[in-house]
Amino acid sequence: MRDFAYLRATSTEAARQAAALPGAMLLAGGTTLIDLAKCGVAEPETLVDITHLEGLDGIAVDERGAMIGALARMGHVADHADIKGRFPAVSEAVWQAASAQIRNMATIGGNLMQRTRCPYFRDPSNFSACNKRQPGSGCSAIGGVTRGHAVLGTSEACIAMYPGDLATALVAFDATVHLGERQLLVDDFFLLPGATPDKEHAIEPGEMITAVEIPASAAARRSTYLKVRDRQSYEFAAASAAVGLELEPDGRTIRDLRVALGGVATKPWRARAVEDALKGKVLEPDAVRAASLLAVEGAVDHGANHYKIELAPRVVARAILTLGEAA
Amino acid sequence: MTLELGPNQQPAHTRHGSSIGQPLTRRDGFLKVTGTARFAADNHPPGMLYAALAVSSIARGRVVSLDVEAAKAHSGVVEVMTPLNRPALAADPDAKDHPFMFRLDLLQNDRVRYPNQSIAVVIAQTLEAATEGAALLSPRYEVLPARVGLDGAEGFVPRGVGVGGPAVQQKGDVEAGLESARTRIEATYETPAQYHNAMEPHAIVAAWDGDRLSIDTPSQGLAMAQGRIAGLFGIAPQNVHIRSPFLGGGFGSKGMISGPQVLGILAAKLVGRPVKLVLRREQMFGPVGHRAPTRQTLRMGMDGEGRLTAISHHARTTSSTFDDFFEPAADASHTLYASPAIATSHDAVRLDTGTPLFMRAPGEATGSIALESAIDEAAHACGMDPLEFRLRNYAEVEPMTGKPFSSKALRECYEQAAERFGWASRPLQPRRMRDADGFLTGWGMGTATFPAIMFQAEARAVLRADGSGLMETGAQDMGQGAWTAFAQIAADGLGLDIDQVDFRAGSSDLPNAGIAGGSGHTATAGMAIHNAGAAVIARLADLATGNEASPLFGAGNEGVLARGGRLYRRDDESRSESYADILARAGLAEIEGRGKGAPDPASQETYAKHAHGAVFAEVKVDPDLGQIRVTRLVGAFAAGRVINPRLVRSQYYGGMIWGVSFALHEEAVTDRRSGRIQNANLADYHVPVNADVPSVEALLVHEDDPHVNALGIKGVGEIGITGTAGAVTNAVWHATGVRPRRFPIRIEDMLG
Ligand SMILES: Cc1cc2nc3c(=O)[nH]c(=O)nc-3n(C[C@H](O)[C@H](O)[C@H](O)COP(=O)(O)OP(=O)(O)OC[C@H]3O[C@@H](n4cnc5c(N)ncnc54)[C@H](O)[C@@H]3O)c2cc1C
Ligand code: SF4
Repeated sequence: MRDFAYLRATSTEAARQAAALPGAMLLAGGTTLIDLAKCGVAEPETLVDITHLEGLDGIAVDERGAMIGALARMGHVADHADIKGRFPAVSEAVWQAASAQIRNMATIGGNLMQRTRCPYFRDPSNFSACNKRQPGSGCSAIGGVTRGHAVLGTSEACIAMYPGDLATALVAFDATVHLGERQLLVDDFFLLPGATPDKEHAIEPGEMITAVEIPASAAARRSTYLKVRDRQSYEFAAASAAVGLELEPDGRTIRDLRVALGGVATKPWRARAVEDALKGKVLEPDAVRAASLLAVEGAVDHGANHYKIELAPRVVARAILTLGEAA
Repeated sequence: MTLELGPNQQPAHTRHGSSIGQPLTRRDGFLKVTGTARFAADNHPPGMLYAALAVSSIARGRVVSLDVEAAKAHSGVVEVMTPLNRPALAADPDAKDHPFMFRLDLLQNDRVRYPNQSIAVVIAQTLEAATEGAALLSPRYEVLPARVGLDGAEGFVPRGVGVGGPAVQQKGDVEAGLESARTRIEATYETPAQYHNAMEPHAIVAAWDGDRLSIDTPSQGLAMAQGRIAGLFGIAPQNVHIRSPFLGGGFGSKGMISGPQVLGILAAKLVGRPVKLVLRREQMFGPVGHRAPTRQTLRMGMDGEGRLTAISHHARTTSSTFDDFFEPAADASHTLYASPAIATSHDAVRLDTGTPLFMRAPGEATGSIALESAIDEAAHACGMDPLEFRLRNYAEVEPMTGKPFSSKALRECYEQAAERFGWASRPLQPRRMRDADGFLTGWGMGTATFPAIMFQAEARAVLRADGSGLMETGAQDMGQGAWTAFAQIAADGLGLDIDQVDFRAGSSDLPNAGIAGGSGHTATAGMAIHNAGAAVIARLADLATGNEASPLFGAGNEGVLARGGRLYRRDDESRSESYADILARAGLAEIEGRGKGAPDPASQETYAKHAHGAVFAEVKVDPDLGQIRVTRLVGAFAAGRVINPRLVRSQYYGGMIWGVSFALHEEAVTDRRSGRIQNANLADYHVPVNADVPSVEALLVHEDDPHVNALGIKGVGEIGITGTAGAVTNAVWHATGVRPRRFPIRIEDMLG
């Protein structure tokens, strides 16, 4: 048996300090971390359990926006009436993630921090080459089984897909991650793999996610999360889109549009090119479809994941048009 | 432990008339829902240690080194079993005395022949220590390139396929038939490797006492497992006691004792203490069997009226490099559709995988999806409705052999399911139906079939002085409800109410009940139970009718009826006597009877015996996004006598959902460089979830079969997969106009 220390944090400050020590890891719902420890990817020496911390599981929504505590359970966020009302895409992203059992355990902080599902990453005893696990060791996925890998934001070092649904919705609405005092846009919180795929987040040792803040917007209020997959439930996205739409008073001209992609990129992927192409234009199917193709500009496939390049723009277009139809 | 219910665990059975045919709920339901059913891995004999398997990373080569010292140095590790210290066996695990003796990897040498092959066993005080010990072995290998995929090696024609049937068969002249046809089709379909993945992994708790061995392990065939283990260890079969009261699913993977289970026994022998060994989910992908992939090419010719003039069905499949099991996929074309010329053939390649094995409807499932797809293509080529086409080619006798069917209510299945589904309003052309949300809607159908097989079984019945009964047979309940169905047969066989019968099963010290496989368990063990009951009643009738003091005196054995614990005179039911009174007068504490179940060789020669069914499916396909959803399934099945309609329906539902899984979800994905399966876990190896099966209906079509056995039972365990997978596929075509030829069908196949 591999021994590790278990520490139940009594305050956020204590948790941060404990987690700053080498080999220490925060434990929230455990639905990612325990799995990774079992398959040998995570080898914590100390687990700092933060689930008993007070005041970090709140969900507060007002006209300025939503503040969701890092320890709020996915299930609560998905069901929260004001999240559903003012940020439908966020609620939809969360309830389409994982399974009911996992959503009851898992926290929002842990959800953002979930790791890639790349099967080579998750199998260190059989595949030693993985730049994300072991910088410089190579990438076992390239040339292997790649149906689930990213087509956007990849590098020669790593093509692993970021699998989370929630962060995809968050990045569309300019949400920020609160790391105690410090705040970062979700877009800046997640890093591209580049030459350092091991470094996935702009979070420093001793930092901890305390909350996620989503500013209110008309686009967020009229939003949706469309998740496409082979199985009806309990599967990561083949491609997904978080979309928010605000129309001019004429009811046809696009004033504001937010588009983010999931299931296809190495990080939650904001598709600004699509937004820019359509803002100020009349919402009209052909224009939407044409603009949606910009979502995958620069995409690179690795064989079996080619279909994602075909699929993602269709998902984007469908989501925008569905929102447009919903009066 | 055998299957037994405590007094306050007796569910209340309400029923009318005899037990057979009643929709009783499962007798083990209470134990299962309260979590008190004790599965193999729930056992903890005193002094038990935990074993963890170390398995190979590579597909092919040799283990060069294992760091046994590091593992042994780990706290809690008691012993490491490798080829160097593995206790001797009495038989070579690579020997093959008969076709169903499969070669096992029992640390006989350092060779690796597939990924996840056992290469060592670590035994420790705790599971955690054993697991860490296994990781510390850090094996080093000499690696040879893996042979992967249907073209991964030189093809050859196997000597036999399935249970040993000829690989190549034909009747009539297929080429001439194709030549003379007005319309022809040819199509090639590919099915992937699939792994059984029962919820309960293979598990064993083994304890030695001298040369006696006591085992808790799930087994679909207790007597076979007992014999195999006895042979390997050189002890008498009766010295091996296996308890298998409950299986958390088997699907064929627990039909034969597997290598890891035997390693658990070896580990217990090595350390001289009881040992538990449970496979991790990913270790289920290798040493315990799988459904081999296939590539099947069908050619069909039809005359001007849509009558088949020829069927040619060729299947390529795979086996391991060291053993023989060949998925008999092409044989599906032997039994369903009438044709003057039929040719079936198989070839195979040997790959660096574990040996494929029986997996629920082996051959029938793979063959059916290709055959039913091809039939659909043929119907379309003839411009005919797929149901009309199937009726045009309805087989009145078994096409390959010309034998009459012992019974065949397939026409009724077609009729009832089509009616229920609303098939009549189906447009002939594809891509003609859309729902209110704009989804392409399609309707497809498939014919289901599965042979009615019987093995050999025995049962022992006892009637006790108080008039209650005991029925014993080493039958296996895999969750399908065998314990309940057999108790129903036992009750009727003994002429008792079901709560008057003590039914015991699930243990190797009971009479051999044969294997729970081939959909033949209910028929085989059921007949043994029935006959054992009849033997007891015959003795009882002798006692009564031969004694002047009995109201039944002189009625003769044929002149009495057994019911509710009494014998009645057939011609005057006012004259009767209770079992207890008959035994009391005779001064007997109990009487015993034994019965056998076996196929009848004469009727075997004369008749073709199959269950049949028809399955209709509705799917919706998103025209842009390619998502496929099955929205409705209706099946109708005729499989002889229904012992318990509730359980039978469950089997059909489960089979039909498996059919959906086959068409749309299940696939083991192999990394071609390493030969490793990359989705060896239940997050990535997909089967349908509840949301994928919104509406499933199974209609039970009445069928009397006087030839299969005295009870008229065929079998229901596997047939549901067949037909369904094809029906879903054909519905996808009907929705989209895209003909799927590679399974499972995925989003990318629909993006067009
Ligand atoms: C089978 C399966 C299917 C799934 N499907 C989906 C899906 O479809 N969509 C989807 O989005 N997700 C899916 N998930 C992922 C799931 O949502 C995550 O596992 C879950 O959200 C993680 O939350 P947790 O609280 O359990 O995190 P934990 O497992 O406790 O922690 C995860 C990581 O985050 C770190 N961490 C936790 N809290 C903090 C914090 N406050 N600050 C900094 N670091 C922190 C931990 O140290 C750890 O590294 C699936 C998971 C499984 C197992
Ligand atoms: S894709 Fe990234 S995570 Fe996967 S093996 Fe390559 S480097 Fe590792």
